Amino acid sequence: MEWNFKNGIPIYSQIIDEMTMRIASGQYKPGEKLPSVRDLAMDAGVNPNTMQRALAELERRELVFSERTSGRFVTKEETVLKGLHEELAKRYFEEFADKLRKIGMSGEDIADAVRRWLEDIKA
Amino acid sequence: MAIIEINNLTKEFGSLTALDCVALKLEKGQIVGLLGPNGSGKTTLIKILNGLLTPTAGNVTIDGMAPGVETKKIVAYLPDRNALPDYMTTDKLIGLYEDFFTDFNRAKAEQMIDDLGIDRNQVLKKMSKGTKEKLQLCLVMAREAEVYLLDEPIGGVDPATRDYILRTIISNYNQDAVVLISTHLIADIESVLDDVVFIKEGRVVLHKTAEEIREEKGESVDQLFREVFRC
Repeated sequence: MEWNFKNGIPIYSQIIDEMTMRIASGQYKPGEKLPSVRDLAMDAGVNPNTMQRALAELERRELVFSERTSGRFVTKEETVLKGLHEELAKRYFEEFADKLRKIGMSGEDIADAVRRWLEDIKA
Repeated sequence: MAIIEINNLTKEFGSLTALDCVALKLEKGQIVGLLGPNGSGKTTLIKILNGLLTPTAGNVTIDGMAPGVETKKIVAYLPDRNALPDYMTTDKLIGLYEDFFTDFNRAKAEQMIDDLGIDRNQVLKKMSKGTKEKLQLCLVMAREAEVYLLDEPIGGVDPATRDYILRTIISNYNQDAVVLISTHLIADIESVLDDVVFIKEGRVVLHKTAEEIREEKGESVDQLFREVFRC
C-alpha cells in the first residue's frame, strides 16, 4: 500500500495510524514479523528515527511486540485486536457523525438514515 | 555528543557578511536539513566545514578537530558544482575515489551507479547535467563516512531519481553518522529530516526538529519556510 503523508501533522502519528490500519485490516497478520525499521522507513520515505519512534509507540500500545534478536511482530492477543477494531470503528463513527451533524442532522436522523441506507444496499 | 560544532562563526567577503555569528551543534545519528533561500549562506557554511574557506571569526570543529586532512577522512562532501576531472570515465572515477578514501565501498557505488543506469564507460564530460550530479552523489554516498555534507543533492535531478536518492540517504543512515543536506527544495526532503535549520541572510533563525514544527504549528516545514522567507 502507498504511504501518503498529509502536511502539518506529525509524521510519526500518521505512521501509527497507517500501521494500525494495516494491522486491523489484516494486511499484517497476527503474529507476522514486521519489516525492519530501515526497510519500513525506506518504503515510506521517512526518517528512520521517526519510524522507530512510531514503532515504539505501537509497542507501548501492545499492537506489536519485539523479540530481542529476531525483530518485531504483530500481536497475537485477540483482546488487543478486538479493542483495536472497536477503537477504529468508534473513530470512524465519530468522523461520520461529525460531518452529518454539520449538515444539520440529529442523532436520530443519522440513525434513521443509516437504517434506510442499510436496507437500500440489501435490496 | 555533537559531532559538528559551529561557534560564533562569521564569514565576510569584503563588505558582504555571508555568515553572521552562526552557532550550531549537530549530533550523530541525525539527518539535518540546512534550509534557506538562494544567497543565505548555506554553501559558505558547508565550504567552511570542508576547509575550503576560512572563517573571518569564530570556528568550527568536526569530531573535535578543525577542518583539515584528518576531518576529510571522515567527511563525505558533495559540492554544489562538479569538482571531478571531466575527462575520466565512471569506472576511472570509482577507482579515484577508492584510491583517495579508505572508507569507500566499491560494491555500494557500483550498485547505485547500475541502479541509476549510469554508463560505466562514459566520460564525465559527455554526461548530461543530471547524470553528472547523480554520479557524484553515488560516489559520495558510497563512502562509509561519519559526516555527509550534501550541498544541493537533489537540485538538478528528476523526481524518480530524487526518490531514489532519498531512499539511498535513508538506507545509508546509521547511528554514528550525521547527514547535513542543504537545499531549498523542502517539500521533497522534509519527511526524511530529523532536524531543520533555517538560515536567513547569514543567520540561523530556527533550529528545531521537523516533528516539532508539525506538532506545534500544525504546518509542514515547507509551509513554515514560505512564511519565514516570504518575499
